[in-house]
Amino acid sequence: MNFRRVATYFPAYAKGYVRNPLGLFFALIFPVILILIFGAVFSNSGNSQVPLTVQNLDGNSPASVEFLAALNSTGAVSVSMVSPGVGNLSTYLAHNDLSAGLVIPAGFASDLANRTPVRLLVFTNPSSGSEAGIVEGAVQGVANGENLRLAGGTAVVTPLNLNVGSQIYSYIDYLVPGLIGFSVLVSPMFSMVNVSSTWKRDKLFRQLSLTPLSRSEWLTAAVLWYILLAFLSTFLMLFFGRVLFGAHVTLTLLTIPFIIVGPILFVSIGLLAGTVSSTPESAAVLGNIITFPMMFLSGTFFPVSLFPAWLVPVAHALPLFYVIDGLSNAMVFNNASAVFVDILVVLVLAIVFAVLATHAFSWREK
Amino acid sequence: MTTSIEVSKLAKDYGSVRAVDGIEFEVRSGEVFSFLGPNGAGKTTTVEILEGIRPRSSGEVRVLGFDPWIQIEKLRTRIGVIPQDFHFFPKLTPREAVRLYAKLFGVKTDADELLAHVELTDKADDYYDTLSGGQHQKLGVALALVNNPELCFLDEPTTGLDPRARRSIWDVIRTLREQGRTVFLTTHYLDEAQKLADRIAIINKGRIIATGSPDEIIARYGRAERLRLVGEPALADRLASLGFHVSRENDAVEVELASKADALKVLETVSASGLRWESFSTRSDTLEDVFIQLVGRLEDGSLPTSSTPESRA
Repeated sequence: MNFRRVATYFPAYAKGYVRNPLGLFFALIFPVILILIFGAVFSNSGNSQVPLTVQNLDGNSPASVEFLAALNSTGAVSVSMVSPGVGNLSTYLAHNDLSAGLVIPAGFASDLANRTPVRLLVFTNPSSGSEAGIVEGAVQGVANGENLRLAGGTAVVTPLNLNVGSQIYSYIDYLVPGLIGFSVLVSPMFSMVNVSSTWKRDKLFRQLSLTPLSRSEWLTAAVLWYILLAFLSTFLMLFFGRVLFGAHVTLTLLTIPFIIVGPILFVSIGLLAGTVSSTPESAAVLGNIITFPMMFLSGTFFPVSLFPAWLVPVAHALPLFYVIDGLSNAMVFNNASAVFVDILVVLVLAIVFAVLATHAFSWREK
Repeated sequence: MTTSIEVSKLAKDYGSVRAVDGIEFEVRSGEVFSFLGPNGAGKTTTVEILEGIRPRSSGEVRVLGFDPWIQIEKLRTRIGVIPQDFHFFPKLTPREAVRLYAKLFGVKTDADELLAHVELTDKADDYYDTLSGGQHQKLGVALALVNNPELCFLDEPTTGLDPRARRSIWDVIRTLREQGRTVFLTTHYLDEAQKLADRIAIINKGRIIATGSPDEIIARYGRAERLRLVGEPALADRLASLGFHVSRENDAVEVELASKADALKVLETVSASGLRWESFSTRSDTLEDVFIQLVGRLEDGSLPTSSTPESRA
């Protein structure tokens, strides 16, 4: 590997890409269009508080009022009361087209005083997943705080939990890492499928093989280009996500491995698909078969947690899932231990596909 | 005289198909050597083996003293190659292409001078995909010369070009020879080989059927002269009935002459026949005539396949 030749060839590869407007459109402009559309359509669900209908069967006891005040102060939900007289809350919610409700049982205050376990009834609508999550998270958080207080612990933890919890479930916070993953997938995949099949047909690899540039040097230059594109796309997504939609995402150090290893993984898969195909047309079909399920089922546009249970294992079988999960863990949740698992999976996949692709990809004729 | 290329018992199989069948030849340094044959004869397979981009099945090959498949790294910097159907990156310009190659080879090349040499100065800054077929080939030639190679491979460099562009490429090939470079030229244009080559090898169905200079091959395999008569078609039947080998083309009749006496006999026969005729002329066999005869004789089994010492120049 001669890095001088990689540096020499890199601008030629970049020029070929930049001078084709379609490539740049899909690499940089298209994800911006997606974030503008999806962000605008779904931004309301992320920024407003979730309405929570509460039925207090404990007769406004001080303990229950205090609990509801704590719940309201989380900022995640806006509490509105209904009287015990409306009867079954679940039926009431359904009739009034409400999606979340909480029942504070009779005897709440006395049970708390006696340290008797209390069961709070939380009703959520599974079809509005992020709202359900917010409500459950908020109630659980306040309950945890109450438990800690009763056990003699400090209640400081309570608002902290809820603060994080309310941010996690903002849709735009999912969308930003999802669309960065989309960029990391789409430009290397589509481009490499096209390059490896059409360059083979037009004998451009043979033309390069007549120069001292080696196969690995060519591949390194191409990978570096897609890593650069992935970084550019990441900055664009962060900019639009934060400025226009107030996304709670940050570019942490743990984000960087995905921006580097992700393009290596998808360059390898694209190269493999283009190399094993006999014509550019069949390569395009194979590329689409690989790319499209990954594009939609890896949590790009919607969190995998909202998928029906039978679809979740499918998502977990797709390499892009680990890129997006890792980016979410790094940029939104700041969950280092989960990030490391994702990095490991992406790294192993990248190595496996890189080995397969370079084994299949030959410049010289047979 | 030193040799640039030595090939011995070279064979190449694609599955059960034998594309190159035990050929032998050598190319001398400084000559234009043309590898001539119809489509599918094995020309490109052979040249790609010599260029080191395709492995051989058996046989020995030495190019500038190197085994091209094993020692490609050393060979690459000393040869220039214009592949058949030369393609380049659509959104790079000729000037960028020459500069890229020069940097990859680690040589200093004056891009303007090189592009002027192949008459591409006017198009130096235009994208490759806006150039004509002839201009594509000229860029191919320019790129093949970036590293100042001592041996150039040109695989059908004028296929598909108009007559003016062909002549322009021929001029470049003549210049390469004048500069002392060795040129290995594959072509299926017989006039191109006859005009440019010092020596020729004719390949058909994977076997070499003749080698030598164009004149030697014509002298060895051609018939002495042909007499061409413009006149009534019935002349052909009359001459054929006397045992002459006759062919017809529009209103002309062409008779192969084995000796000078044959010419007189033909003219006497025509004169005595009372048939109408307007003019006559004679001409020698061209390489094309010889080629067609050789390929025909190979197919009817009357020509032994060569690589045999007596058929080599």
